[in-house]
Amino acid sequence: MTNEMTKASIKETSQPLMVEMRGIIKRFPGVLANDHVDFDLRQGEIHTLLGENGAGKSTLMNVLAGLYRQESGTIYVKGREVDFSSPRDAINAGIGMVHQHFMLVPSQTVTENILLGLDKPRFRMNLAEYDQIIADLGKRFGLEVDPKAKIWQLSVGEQQRVELLKMLYRGAQVLILDEPTAVLAPVEIEGFFQTLRSMVKEGKSVIFISHKLQEVMDVSDRVTVMRKGKVTAPGLITSQTTRQELAHQMVGRDVVFHIDKKPVVPGEVVLKVEDIKCENDKGLPALNSVSFEIRSGEILGLAGVAGNGQRELAQVITGMRKCTNGTVWLSGEEICNHPASFSIQRGLAYVPEDRTHEGSSPNLSITDNVIMKNYRKHPISNGWMLNVSEAVNFAEELKNAYNIIAPSIKTPVRMLSGGNLQRVILAREISGKPALIVAVQPTRGLDVGAIEGVQRLLLAQREAGSAILLVSEELEELFALSDRIAVIYEGNLMGEVHGENDLDAIGLMMTGTPLEQIRKGGTETNV
Amino acid sequence: MDAIIIILAAGIGTGTALLFATIGEIFAERSGVLNLGVEGMMLLGAMSAYSVAVKTGNPWLGVLVAMLAAGLLSQIHAFITVTLQADQVVSGLALTFLGTGISLVLGEGLSKAGTVALLPSFSIPLLTRIPILGPIFFTNQSIFVYIGYIFLPLTWYYINRTRPGLNLRSVGEYPAAADSLGINVFRTRYLYVFVGGLLAGLAGATISLAISPGWFSELTTGGLGWIAIGLVIFAQWDPWRAAFGSYAFGALRRLILDIQGPMVIMGMRNPFFYDPYLGFFLQMLPYAFTIIVLVIGSREAMRKRIGAPAALGNPYIRGERGL
Amino acid sequence: MSDSTAAPSSHRWRFPIRINLEPRLKEPPTWYPILITLIALVVALVMGGIMIAFVGGDPIRSYLHIAQASFGNIGVLSDTFVKATPILFTSLACAIAFRMRLWNIGAEGQFIMGAFGASAVVLTPLLPENTSPWIFIPAMMLAGIIAGALWGFIPGFLKARYNVNEIISTLMMNYIALSWVNFWVFAVWTEGGFQMSRKFPTAAWLPRLLDYAKMAPVLRGLTTHLGFVIGVVAAIILWFIIFRSRWGYEIRLMGDNPRAAQYAGINIARNTILVMMVSGALAGLGGMSEVTGVIHRLQSAPLAAGYGFTGIIVAWLSRLNPLVIILVSILFGALLLAGREIQPSGVPKMIQGMILVCLIASDFFLRYNISIVRTGKEA
Repeated sequence: MTNEMTKASIKETSQPLMVEMRGIIKRFPGVLANDHVDFDLRQGEIHTLLGENGAGKSTLMNVLAGLYRQESGTIYVKGREVDFSSPRDAINAGIGMVHQHFMLVPSQTVTENILLGLDKPRFRMNLAEYDQIIADLGKRFGLEVDPKAKIWQLSVGEQQRVELLKMLYRGAQVLILDEPTAVLAPVEIEGFFQTLRSMVKEGKSVIFISHKLQEVMDVSDRVTVMRKGKVTAPGLITSQTTRQELAHQMVGRDVVFHIDKKPVVPGEVVLKVEDIKCENDKGLPALNSVSFEIRSGEILGLAGVAGNGQRELAQVITGMRKCTNGTVWLSGEEICNHPASFSIQRGLAYVPEDRTHEGSSPNLSITDNVIMKNYRKHPISNGWMLNVSEAVNFAEELKNAYNIIAPSIKTPVRMLSGGNLQRVILAREISGKPALIVAVQPTRGLDVGAIEGVQRLLLAQREAGSAILLVSEELEELFALSDRIAVIYEGNLMGEVHGENDLDAIGLMMTGTPLEQIRKGGTETNV
Repeated sequence: MDAIIIILAAGIGTGTALLFATIGEIFAERSGVLNLGVEGMMLLGAMSAYSVAVKTGNPWLGVLVAMLAAGLLSQIHAFITVTLQADQVVSGLALTFLGTGISLVLGEGLSKAGTVALLPSFSIPLLTRIPILGPIFFTNQSIFVYIGYIFLPLTWYYINRTRPGLNLRSVGEYPAAADSLGINVFRTRYLYVFVGGLLAGLAGATISLAISPGWFSELTTGGLGWIAIGLVIFAQWDPWRAAFGSYAFGALRRLILDIQGPMVIMGMRNPFFYDPYLGFFLQMLPYAFTIIVLVIGSREAMRKRIGAPAALGNPYIRGERGL
Repeated sequence: MSDSTAAPSSHRWRFPIRINLEPRLKEPPTWYPILITLIALVVALVMGGIMIAFVGGDPIRSYLHIAQASFGNIGVLSDTFVKATPILFTSLACAIAFRMRLWNIGAEGQFIMGAFGASAVVLTPLLPENTSPWIFIPAMMLAGIIAGALWGFIPGFLKARYNVNEIISTLMMNYIALSWVNFWVFAVWTEGGFQMSRKFPTAAWLPRLLDYAKMAPVLRGLTTHLGFVIGVVAAIILWFIIFRSRWGYEIRLMGDNPRAAQYAGINIARNTILVMMVSGALAGLGGMSEVTGVIHRLQSAPLAAGYGFTGIIVAWLSRLNPLVIILVSILFGALLLAGREIQPSGVPKMIQGMILVCLIASDFFLRYNISIVRTGKEA
């Protein structure tokens, strides 16, 4: 440690505490999101909360911002104990949060959005006057934006500024930012950091939720790492730690429960993806140049924090999204930009993330749901008519084979538990002996028994010769099931590894370091 | 020329009733609630206004009761759609049946009740002398019409330039954002559905106490409530366009009724003079016109980025992300 | 937020008791929806009774009267079936459209156009007067179907192509249909200046039970006609289509989850048009049945009697099931028949409205569990 760093660390540890959270416990049905969490924020610092999805960082911050109420634990703001029952209370105490999904009304102007919900002006809205005030506020904090513009006309970066101004206008002293750079184009990020620094100069304190190590190292003063609801590294001083250490704290090491995975010799290439690019719903690039292949009998696991392009990749492969460049081959045939039914006929099975809205028809029965793919074919189809007894037999078979627990096959699927609904979807998709299975977060939200069941099914399909693309946020799951693991970060594949021994490498890749760099031993250089 | 002016002037009257109903529905829809029960509420308003006016001799009391009755009816719809989160389309249709049915039941025998003191009609002294526009807009119109003229800019101002108006618009566009800033989405929607009811009742009173005085069962409103709903789309939820559409429609409707009357129009023989053949096709015009208006409105909405309030028709469920 | 109540809790003071609403997780037993529906019906009838009492009528007597006047003896029972027939057709029309979440409010107009089409066969005349009924009747059925389908096609196309709101477009088409038919009745086919066309030749009448009174005297005076049978057959066919055919499966899928339907490769735009045409065809068939089975001439007033709107309620009440629709149409036919004699005359419509409102409200109890809890420190 140099003298400079000592001085810096002395300065950092002697600032007063803005926020202190002690022993926070927050539960949701089935999961302990925050498990005795301590956290503190000093005045004038930028403090990052680092962790994977499901680590509990957003929950913790939602508690601080007044959206959730903790089961137990105390919060102190500037030394005083506080009890928030709504976001308004938090804002009155000076704490404002900018969420990943902006809460802005698209058809209204910047000024109108900022003034929404306030007491002044009471009745008459003299917008011109407030336009000026907001323009000045923007200049002061380096958050310039045209107050008269309508939100839908603004770029995402500009919209983010509006959210920030919204909080600053309300006098927020503490700003909580949830994955703020996830929506920014790379060119906007440096400008964003400048903004953060100027806000800190004006006396604000910032909490920054992120999974991107490079940014964490670039801009924050201290880092707290969370994993599975617990804090694994409290308030480390950024300048005194390394990326290696942070990545390690983030992914950690858990008890891996073993599933019997038989060795299978991979066969022909089933899925070949070459140089695909595509855009996300907002028109920003989601995939930059992704290439890989999967052979029959292989499971390729795709790791990565949510929001880095996994969803869009699955959608491109299954035909639900246009790809703007590159090609996708399924068993030798090009399927890029063809409708989903085209690929389905060629042996594609899709187990989507959203079981109720994408994967099933909630009010229809189990029978109706499982015949969605083969109702046009014999024997379920009989010319124009459906052979109901065949459909019923089919459904019964699947119900038994896949252990679907339900009162009867006539039950509407919205009544089923998550695990059983997933079994219905799997039954439908797998029973057709697909060549390729794209499974996105297949065990999310399921209980232990259901998780094991789903994983066994996937392994069985692997032995039967299907090629499987498994997108998951659970590293243990990827280790248990995959033959190879690729990591996606900001629309690029960072590299591919073979197993658990490369845990740290995976952690580093998930936070932005490409594999070649890791192998070379360098972790401090920019991506 | 005179004939045309008379027709247009009469059209303003019908147009005013339409205007109130349309703007009422605009308020409701801008808060995110589709209320298809306008026809039922209007009929209830018409019946109540006439009935109370006959019984008490006070037409203003009739107007008041009409507005409250329709407003009360609207709250049933609000309860079902906002609190119980049921489907807004079916609930609105049910409301139409209910409103119509109740009007018929309570209005039984009303048409034989006798004459009623109508609300005053008058002309505005100076304005009535403006060439062409004067005789149309300011001559011998019912007081409702003048109320309508004043009401229109006030409505625009309220929606676009006041805080309550801002709240209204946010709740209809992105209720989650409004909720996150402390605005009570449910209360706002209840309120503006009520406002829609009040105005529909007013529209009904306008008809039964001024435009076509009397009670003629279902014919009293003659489908104007439905046309109002179509006009909301044409108006793109904007009061000024609503006014334009309402008055134009009112004029069209009168034109159809009256054009078959005079033998001579503008010095030429009237081709429509009591021609039984053409009369029926003229009757179709307003409705065909509404459909065309809908097509134009829908295409416009598809093209431009303005359109229906984004949350229209969807119940607000807290905790649901992405609107 | 873990809070699932409908009202926000930003006030400091709270009620000591809170009503907790949770989405139902388990399917309720099969008798539960039926019970709820019956309760809704009873509530509606009670409220209707209150209204009747309020205007000075006698609710119990009115309701008893309805029961007697529609089911009391075989004569009135037959009349009930006659009244039920048009409702049956329009309900079926609404049912298939609603299954796909297409709000067809235009059954009324499609019904009228169907009557027009059928009448045109006789009145133009397309077929000479002495044509055998074996040719007349199928021809009229076909004409009714085509006319109704056309009337359904137009709003269907507008919706598929321009996303025009079908509620309003179908509604407007109702009024246009009425004017259209009025034109023909008043201006072209008018009989002696009256507001009706000439009577159809008997060969163009749908056979009625009383036509066979010579063979079976018990059938004397019974006006139930073949239309009812056609309607029941149509209902059965529709049931098969919806629950046993590929297309019906696709319709149900589109109505429940359009995204899943797209994934399965179903073309929504094409089906919008198709379903609207079938819906219109059914209503049109109803119009044909009414004009050839009951009225026997083209006359607008008895055709525009609100069958289209009643159809909406019956379809919804029957939960869009064609077989249930048969029963419920008979119930409503009874209401309509006896209701004419009830004072005041708006009662049937009001009761219809109340039933629908109570029904929609009752759906809520099927989706949510209601429990009452003490408010504690929970969020």
